[in-house]
Amino acid sequence: MENIIEIEDLHFSYKGDSETPDVEVLKGIDLTIKKGEFVAVLGHNGSGKSTLAKHINAILLPTKGKVLVDGIDTADEDKLFQLRQKAGMVFQNPDNQIVSSIVEEDVAFALENLGVPYEEMRRRVDESLKAVNMYDYRLHSPSQLSGGQKQRIAIAGVIAMQPECIILDEPTAMLDPQGRKEVMSTIMRMNREQGITIVLITHYMDEAAKCGRVVVMDKGRVVLDDTPRKVFSHVEQVKEIGLDVPQVTELAWELRRAGYDVPDDIITEEECVEAIKKLF
Amino acid sequence: MLKDITIGQYFPGDSIIHRLDPRFKIIITFIYILMLFTGSNILCLTVGAVYTVMAILLSRIPFKMFVKSVRPLLPFLIITALLNLFLVDSGDTYFHWKFLKITEEGVNISVFMIIRIVLLIMGSSLLTYTTSPITLTDAIERLLSPLKKLKFPVHELAMMMSIALRFIPTLIEETDKIMSAQKARGAEIDSGSFMTRARNMISILVPLFISSFRRADELATAMECRCYNGGEGRTRLRQLKSSARDYIALAVTIIFYIAAIVVAHILK
Repeated sequence: MENIIEIEDLHFSYKGDSETPDVEVLKGIDLTIKKGEFVAVLGHNGSGKSTLAKHINAILLPTKGKVLVDGIDTADEDKLFQLRQKAGMVFQNPDNQIVSSIVEEDVAFALENLGVPYEEMRRRVDESLKAVNMYDYRLHSPSQLSGGQKQRIAIAGVIAMQPECIILDEPTAMLDPQGRKEVMSTIMRMNREQGITIVLITHYMDEAAKCGRVVVMDKGRVVLDDTPRKVFSHVEQVKEIGLDVPQVTELAWELRRAGYDVPDDIITEEECVEAIKKLF
Repeated sequence: MLKDITIGQYFPGDSIIHRLDPRFKIIITFIYILMLFTGSNILCLTVGAVYTVMAILLSRIPFKMFVKSVRPLLPFLIITALLNLFLVDSGDTYFHWKFLKITEEGVNISVFMIIRIVLLIMGSSLLTYTTSPITLTDAIERLLSPLKKLKFPVHELAMMMSIALRFIPTLIEETDKIMSAQKARGAEIDSGSFMTRARNMISILVPLFISSFRRADELATAMECRCYNGGEGRTRLRQLKSSARDYIALAVTIIFYIAAIVVAHILK
């Protein structure tokens, strides 16, 4: 399948000044993501995962190396808007990314900026709102909505641009469990039904377990890159870089350490139940 | 406490008033203000009152919201009315005690002023209640767009205004949170002398400012991500189309204005 994101030897440093030295946050990242993939990027604070996300959208430009999105170099200023249409971004704090006081006008914001004619804009806004199940709230004020609903509005605003891929930077970090569930199921549906490539930056292991592929970052490098099943089977390595594994994986791991015969690649509750049943 | 502020609030709806072209609504509001100030007699203000009540009924917004809009200005209204009542000295004297004197003119002026200002607030609240702030800014932007030729940054100002409006509820909520947090640490905000309270306000304002800067930074990034590039070549979801309805509303307003002028002259 075609590659949508190609990252080659990406280095990035935050510039220091005369007193503080430059801080190198990304130290050579190679990563390719195929069209339609659902990728989770894991890493603890300071691992560079958010910095990586900001490169896909050209908010940050590489100090060294290259980032290509659907063949467009992010450093190419002439194609900046084309690029940002292809790769939409959803941020952590829902309040700080909603521009308008009316839901539907916020969803239309990107289309207004791109100069999309009215009829098409109306159609795309309505479709996007329906896709995230927020059509009934189109005339509400964002301040009347819950965190999960606001985040779905932000997703709708990105979908309206008809992107090839969406990068979500810890979209559920500020939400309650209900909101997290809403947002996750929305993202998964977008991926399944519309074939949009998803790059989900998260620190929730159970969210990562639902993705097709997990990339684990540590200290500015990619350390693991595989299916969630394989990544989480390296329990020791994952724990060493300060991350957890899903609770069921951890349970199976502890059982195995205690000498019970359970498989090492359990990531869902059902599998865990089956494995434990077999013990008796 | 902070949540009681209704100025700038918007109540979504689908009434005739809601559906009027916001550009017309702004112009109509200006004519309305002129109408209220045409003459100082009871008939003239009755014309204004009838017009206001009619518009409020058509908007289908509960009347108590309009009462609420006037409430914050009540102390100011009462003080001005009392000053007028006692200090204006012309016409028949109704009451005289030492330097206090209530005259016919004083009563008239203070009563008319109260009615006029109450109507003024209600009428302008109707504009913001029935027009989404962003539509309103949109309309202002379009009404002012001829100024673009003079290099006046109309779009930028409109954008600033609409973002400010968008963040009012967010910042109010945040202020409430910070206040609770500081109270939990023993800050005297509701009690203590005026000076203590004023000093303690700093402990609310500093975190509020810092978080506003952070929000501004994040919002700017989010706007860039959604291809914001200034006013050049932008299209709008909110289409402003004037229809027969708008011209009728304008005509009705002008008729009321003329009626007010006529009444003011007849009763001179």
